Amino acid sequence: MKIEDLREHLCGIYPDLCPLFSIEFGDGVLCVSHERLHQAASDLKDLGFDRLGMVTAVDYGEEFELVYRLQSRAMHAGIFLKARIKRETPVIASVCDLWPAANWQEREVFDLFGITFDGHPDLRRILLTDDWVGYPLRKDYEDDRIIRRPDYI
Amino acid sequence: MAFVDDLGAALDKTPGGGIILTSLDALIDWSRGKSLWMMPMGTACCAMELIAASFARFDFDRHGSIPRPDPRHTDVMVVAGTITRKMEPAVKRLWEQMPEPKWCIAMGNCAVSGGIFYYDTYSVVRGVDEFLPVDVYISGCPPRPEALQDAILRLREKVSAESIVPSRAKPVKSILPQPGDPRKGDIAAEGGEPS
Repeated sequence: MKIEDLREHLCGIYPDLCPLFSIEFGDGVLCVSHERLHQAASDLKDLGFDRLGMVTAVDYGEEFELVYRLQSRAMHAGIFLKARIKRETPVIASVCDLWPAANWQEREVFDLFGITFDGHPDLRRILLTDDWVGYPLRKDYEDDRIIRRPDYI
Repeated sequence: MAFVDDLGAALDKTPGGGIILTSLDALIDWSRGKSLWMMPMGTACCAMELIAASFARFDFDRHGSIPRPDPRHTDVMVVAGTITRKMEPAVKRLWEQMPEPKWCIAMGNCAVSGGIFYYDTYSVVRGVDEFLPVDVYISGCPPRPEALQDAILRLREKVSAESIVPSRAKPVKSILPQPGDPRKGDIAAEGGEPS
């Protein structure tokens, strides 16, 4: 199965997901709501996306966007699975039970963005020190130790 | 070290002990300066140059500078690379494990001042001299192994000016032109007027 056929395949099983699926630069992009992210990830894993490449997040101000990069060795294809959550309630279901590789990836997102993953076995900081205050990759992060770059450089 | 310190203090008070002390200093400084074993604190790309320095092409063994993985065997810590705030306690701990006398070389812009991570960064220590006493700074991003070689030779000059009696240590002048230094601007004078 190729990535172009995946669209028809997805449309066959989930008609409601079909309008949310697009192909950009040879990779599939699927945007779902955060409630059904875990279900969509599970279904994509059953379709052959057996490798979780990365988990990351984007700060859009009002909401965060979680980005999961799934890859299929059989299809030689990749897909981006995206879900948006509100900034006030940064909680989303963990996919650790599907791909164990998500463990440290989700810890990193928790460390830098402060997004809590429900069902994560060991959610604590991974890159920063344990006593760090705040989440540095949020756009409203403030730290006295940061020296802002002057305009003339 | 306690024995050497006591010996130095006793010789300093003895009349005529200065002759013995000077000879002893020469011997100790010579042996220390020619066996500066390195603690390779390589955390980033500067470590590649540090590794290259110890292999056949640059061959730091001929200066007596052997990289050792154990801080308890080493005399000089070469901090090569970016030190993050999480790494800082580990570097400090390795430094404290090194036996006296010990020296420190800050290799590369990140170890000198934070380098490209100076601005807009939340996690990087702006230079290892925030928590270590640095003896020699090497600029470069990353510096060539020749620059590290120069740093070892400069450090040897500094070591050879030391004494087992602290009050007899001679000051070492920086080779960089200082403000008010007549050497400042000598480069243009030597090369003549640019045509």
